[in-house]
Amino acid sequence: MSALSIRDVHKRFGPSEVLKGVSLEMGSGDFTVLVGPSGCGKSTLLNIIAGLERQSSGSVEIGGRTVDDIAPKDRDIAMVFQSYALYPSMTVRQNITFGMECRNVPRAQREAAVSEVVRLLQIEALLDRKPAQLSGGQRQRVAMGRALVRNPLLFLFDEPLSNLDAQLRAEMRMEIKQLHQRLGSTIVYVTHDQIEAMTLATRIAVMREGVVQQFADPETVYNRPANLFVARFMGAPPMNTLPARLEASPSGSVAVIGHGEGEIRLPVPVEVKGWIGREVVLGIRPECITEPTRHFGHAPDAVLTIAASVEMTEPTGAETIVVLRLGSERALGRVSADLRPRVNEMARFAIDTRKINLFDPATGDRIVS
Amino acid sequence: MRDRIFAPSRMLIYLVVWLIATAWLVPFVVVVLNSLRTAEEIAQTSMIGWPKQWAWSNYVTAWAEFCVAQTCAGIRPYMLNSAIVTIPATIISTMLGAVAGYAVSLWRFRGDQWIYGIVTLGIFLPQQMRLLPWTIVLRDVGLINTLTGLVVIHTIQGLSFTTLFCRNYYVAIPPELMRAARIDGAGFFRIFWRIVLPLSPPILIVTVIWQFTHIWNEFLYGVTFTTGQQQPVTAALIALSAAIADIPQHGVQSAAVMIAALPTLLIYVLGGRYFVRGLTAGAVK
Ligand SMILES: Nc1ncnc2c1ncn2[C@@H]1O[C@H](COP(=O)(O)OP(=O)(O)OP(=O)(O)O)[C@@H](O)[C@H]1O
Ligand SMILES: [Mg+2]
Repeated sequence: MSALSIRDVHKRFGPSEVLKGVSLEMGSGDFTVLVGPSGCGKSTLLNIIAGLERQSSGSVEIGGRTVDDIAPKDRDIAMVFQSYALYPSMTVRQNITFGMECRNVPRAQREAAVSEVVRLLQIEALLDRKPAQLSGGQRQRVAMGRALVRNPLLFLFDEPLSNLDAQLRAEMRMEIKQLHQRLGSTIVYVTHDQIEAMTLATRIAVMREGVVQQFADPETVYNRPANLFVARFMGAPPMNTLPARLEASPSGSVAVIGHGEGEIRLPVPVEVKGWIGREVVLGIRPECITEPTRHFGHAPDAVLTIAASVEMTEPTGAETIVVLRLGSERALGRVSADLRPRVNEMARFAIDTRKINLFDPATGDRIVS
Repeated sequence: MRDRIFAPSRMLIYLVVWLIATAWLVPFVVVVLNSLRTAEEIAQTSMIGWPKQWAWSNYVTAWAEFCVAQTCAGIRPYMLNSAIVTIPATIISTMLGAVAGYAVSLWRFRGDQWIYGIVTLGIFLPQQMRLLPWTIVLRDVGLINTLTGLVVIHTIQGLSFTTLFCRNYYVAIPPELMRAARIDGAGFFRIFWRIVLPLSPPILIVTVIWQFTHIWNEFLYGVTFTTGQQQPVTAALIALSAAIADIPQHGVQSAAVMIAALPTLLIYVLGGRYFVRGLTAGAVK
């Protein structure tokens, strides 16, 4: 039984179609992160799952039950909002118990549930305060508490950490991950933050203009993006995408970037017979272009070193970003922090050719063997 | 930096402000002074003058003794009438306006904007235009010449303003708050009662002050739909002026005006601060 299944959901607001046939399936205990540019319909999808918004067509099932005609309160879900949406005139305790109050849960039972959640989130000391008397991080915890206390089949989070400063966000991210591991809850989580997506998700759904581009585990989304949009959207700095031609060589297919003297030939990891002699887009992540002494995993044979001219270096502290020329194309590489390749000179770089991706320039789709 | 308070442009502004303030205050001061002068004194000198002796008895006469429309009980019964009309009409129209404003601002339903538009249209209809319809309605339901009739009129007409005020205040409540409450399982009235109403004191104070002052000072419906003992104090003041047309009693008349104005003055003094603050306050910080 899947915990949540979304089948061909469309949503129109007047003339504009915001969701264009979204289908997602997730199992119990899955942590699904929805990412995508602003306005692509993430919140709309979440609201439809919650029952706060009605889909134009398609259906939603939660825990094996079709919920299309079921009110939000009866869907067995809990939601955490970006603005926290704490009830301003109620104390923390009342905020957490309001749902139970609405369902006429006996007082003793409410108290027991509150004390458990409050202990879990370490907000015992805040119980009698109003939201206005709390810091951003504390409000965030209370909002989580309000969701946890319901013990629902499904948690929905709409950018819950985006109002926190960087440090607090990292802290809460860890906590959410721990909570998920501990409680085994099923979660749908919307975020703009790449790191949140990569670290929290068991599955990532990348959306664009109301269409799911790829729905897979973080590893796959990152290393084998389904199309150029996903390739460029995930990762910061983004994946290098360079025009190249495919040629055959005795040891397999080779992607050629640039022409004549400065051309760069990279062996490609996939069998792409049908594409020999054709133009493709080659995708390679910046961290796969690095100093020649680096080893990539356990496959030293996949490493190729090339010479490229350095245009610029950007030391970030943890590493140095290098802007270099591959063939005649500009690309980003990432080298160790203490390395500063000379600008306007040639330098040698190792390339992890295992992680090269090829895309169809016409459709943008990934070329698979 | 030079102190700019005495810059010529500043002085000009102060001058204009003071002129306007004086123009507003002069009639009030004349009434206050006259309410403390005897009829003889006013007759011998002029309408404008400092009381030679303080005639506090004017207030006693105006309150409880003076004869209006063949009964000599002063304006006290009419003050009571006004209170009987104003207090329920203020409370009911404010509560209904809050619920209506909440419904049109925080719940989407078919035709919500139309309903809001029609309700607030009432603000722009001149009072005189509504006299005839109200006459027919009051006649048909048998409430002509009753205080209940006035309560009904003021409650319903007040809805335009109270709905407008409350709606404009409630649109600032974040929609996510409503969503959270719906997921928690709260319905229309529970959300209103437990979440929206506790956020409302600033706008309710504004609405109550507005309604109270307007209903208390209202006069056209009072004279049109009630007579004799049923009149609110504003209408009774007219009768009182008629009664003293023969023997001028400007002192008593002024005292009566002062008494009639007292409740709204008090509301202003006590609540004026909240009025200004409430109009500018947001629902959620
Ligand atoms: N009630 C509505 N009426 C009309 N259009 C709407 C409504 N709600 C959302 N939209 C539109 O639908 C699109 C998707 O909105 P949505 O809030 O789902 O985006 P999002 O992916 O959550 O964006 P963000 O990352 O900025 O939160 C937007 O173009 C938005 O303008
Ligand atoms: Mg959103």
